[in-house]
Amino acid sequence: MRRERVPIAVGILAAIGAAFFILPLLGLIVRSPWGDAIKALTAPDTVEALKLSLVASLSATVIALVFGVPLAWVFARVEFRGRNLLRALTTLPMVLPPVVGGIALLLAFGRRGLVGSWLDSTFGITLPFTTAGVVMAETFVAMPFLIITVEAGLRSMDRRYEEAARTLGAKRWTVFTRVTLPLIGPSLFAGAVLCWARALGEFGATITFAGNFPGVTQTMPLAVYLLLGTDHEASYILSLVLLVISLGVLVALRHRWLGSA
Amino acid sequence: MRLRVLSLLVSPAFLAACGSGGTFQGSNLSDYASVFAAASLTDSFKALGSAFQTAHPGITVQFNFAGTPTLVTQIEQGAAADVFASADTANMDKLTADGFTSGNSQVFAHNKLEIVVGAGNPKHITGLADLAKPGVIYITEAATVPAGKYALQSLASAGVKVTPKSLETDVKSVVSKIELGEADAGIVYVTDVKAAGSTVAGVPIPDSVNVIATYPIVAIKGTPNLDVADTFIAYVLSADGQAMLQSFGFLPAS
Amino acid sequence: MSLEANVRLTLGALDLDIELSVDEAEVVALLGPNGAGKTTLLRAVAGLVPLTSGYVKLDGRVLEDAASGKYVPTERRSIGVVFQDYLLFPHLSVLANVAFGMRSRGMRSSEAAEKAAHWLDRVGLSAYVQDKPDALSGGQRQRVALARALAPDPRLLLLDEPLAALDVTTRAEVRRDLKRHLTTFPGLRLVVTHDPLEAAMLADRLVVMENGRLVQTGTPAEVTERPRSQYVADLVGVNLLRGQADHGSVRISDDSVIAAAAAESGDVFAVIHPRAVALHLRRPEGSPRNAWPGRVSGVEMLGGRVRVRVEGDVPLVAEVTPAAISDMKVAEGGEVWVSFKSTDVGVYPA
Repeated sequence: MRRERVPIAVGILAAIGAAFFILPLLGLIVRSPWGDAIKALTAPDTVEALKLSLVASLSATVIALVFGVPLAWVFARVEFRGRNLLRALTTLPMVLPPVVGGIALLLAFGRRGLVGSWLDSTFGITLPFTTAGVVMAETFVAMPFLIITVEAGLRSMDRRYEEAARTLGAKRWTVFTRVTLPLIGPSLFAGAVLCWARALGEFGATITFAGNFPGVTQTMPLAVYLLLGTDHEASYILSLVLLVISLGVLVALRHRWLGSA
Repeated sequence: MRLRVLSLLVSPAFLAACGSGGTFQGSNLSDYASVFAAASLTDSFKALGSAFQTAHPGITVQFNFAGTPTLVTQIEQGAAADVFASADTANMDKLTADGFTSGNSQVFAHNKLEIVVGAGNPKHITGLADLAKPGVIYITEAATVPAGKYALQSLASAGVKVTPKSLETDVKSVVSKIELGEADAGIVYVTDVKAAGSTVAGVPIPDSVNVIATYPIVAIKGTPNLDVADTFIAYVLSADGQAMLQSFGFLPAS
Repeated sequence: MSLEANVRLTLGALDLDIELSVDEAEVVALLGPNGAGKTTLLRAVAGLVPLTSGYVKLDGRVLEDAASGKYVPTERRSIGVVFQDYLLFPHLSVLANVAFGMRSRGMRSSEAAEKAAHWLDRVGLSAYVQDKPDALSGGQRQRVALARALAPDPRLLLLDEPLAALDVTTRAEVRRDLKRHLTTFPGLRLVVTHDPLEAAMLADRLVVMENGRLVQTGTPAEVTERPRSQYVADLVGVNLLRGQADHGSVRISDDSVIAAAAAESGDVFAVIHPRAVALHLRRPEGSPRNAWPGRVSGVEMLGGRVRVRVEGDVPLVAEVTPAAISDMKVAEGGEVWVSFKSTDVGVYPA
């Protein structure tokens, strides 16, 4: 097939759009003090922050899968009054400023929060200033991405395959695990990746709800922000690390993500 | 039509106006200044700003409040600031050494630390030693923020060892978390406790183990609004300005 | 043992009201035009569409009864379905597809794989066990779909237009194999089709449906010799008229009475083969008592002969030679006369 010729106006706009993304990355690469890179990368706080970021973002993604997939299934398959409202509420974190999300989490799960005060008085459990709090904050902002993607996948799949499975004697759980889930695989995967990426970069809700302490709640974005105030060249290196990890994962998975849909 | 818009975009006047930091002006006298001030100056400088604008009609002052180190970074990366008010001399020295200041900086206020607790002091904190009591959630600012640095010094002088549950990015965040009841105690400036009013309570730190914070102010080099910047700085240092600062709890400049 | 269904339901514009029974001795085909409700009936028997009233019983066991609210879900019915576009699971290998039904019912993976491999051998696809469905041709996929439905040994086999997705040449070959499998299948068999040839070849009994209702039922021979609806008449390719018989004539409308030697009395169908219909440019003289004027509304070639559709008081299709057409210069819109002998009219009770 002949390669499509790009109309000039489209080409210019697309190039500007691409530059918008490429230039900041180039800026980071060019301005990073490569000589001090090893020192910056092996500093104990950095290693702690990186470990914490990876653990928290992966945990958030797992939680999002466990609770988000059933929710997406209900939205896609079940008609009930108030469905639209509930769906709007679960996607609200996507448009809410993250700090507002953090405040909302405090009001619900903080020491004096609706549920938090009960947790504190009954079990002595407090969520702010803990790693669990970080995971909660990240889950709150990132799960909507997973729900939206999976719901779209469920809606667009051919449901007759599920009927076929039923005629072959598969009970509902078997239909779901052996037919539905594999068929929405690409959406599920894309949703999980988006969710993980969002969780990894989360800052506002994390610092507001969980606070900031190295090894416990100081994730990479927080570490970078604080370094910006003292050793901002070190912060460039750390930013680059975050960027490379995220970019690496997204590029490596692009075929699975975009390809088999 | 398209060509006319394009030519407008590259016209010298437009480009010059874009570069000047805000207004489409041809005249030499500006009517605007952007003040980057430490978070602990939030309430006092807002009041100063209003008074200043009343005294100088037609002139607008805009504020950007954040942790002092953050402001320094922003300015060094090219943010359009005209005045910089720092919460310590170290950050001011850095900005000066890096060549971003115009003229000499001048000290306009002092501050000292105080322990902030929830209204009614529910955990009965009486001094720095109580911060280490079991069951007390203590938070402070990150050590890169002047207040955080001073808090560490103060605790060291008093010989108190305590690990904070969180290192916030500025004093206001610490106060907010105390107000919300998420933490029991924090170390901030006396001015912050005063500004928060009845939602919190303060526990004084004895002068012997307290730290006096020095606040210098300076105009930024290369600002096109130098005249407004200097006028504002003069106002801050004037009797009226000083009185207003002291009403917020700041200690005098000298 | 048999399938007994009394199905009444409404789905969109379709209003279905039909009784059906299938026993082990015969393959039953549901035949009818698109929209007749054949697939809907099949899906109702499978439990995929709810009944408004009526029941479905398999071997005496109630699968669904609208009155009592009893409903056995699809997955607990002993059925095997071959869908029109097969619906082979694209993410599973051919072997896994065929083994699916057995695995779903709890069979161990190795045992199910063995049985599946055996079935694939029976349909001649052993070489493809590890392939994914999209690597196979249409005819091969049809065979996998059949194997998948048969492997769990269902009691009732339901086929929805099993050959419709195939091209003409593949279809003939697959039809032969399908016939073979249907004959050896020990349970109940119900096939849905819109193709009369397919119905005639695969089935022992036809159930003709139109607009959600039963129109005619009987062996292929019975149905084609004595069509009872325009649809079947069109399929078979004969002219069908209906009216009141009166000793040698049939009144088909207020102004039209045709002479039919075999007519006696009562409500009857009258069938005339197009070959028995003659075309004339002017009113014919001589013996035919059945001569009617009309206007040509369509001319089409059909296997070396020409079929001419004539509208009028007695609408008929005449089948003539191409030579006759050119001689008479018959064209659409032209005025003609049709005639047929009264002895060429087949008459049977309606």
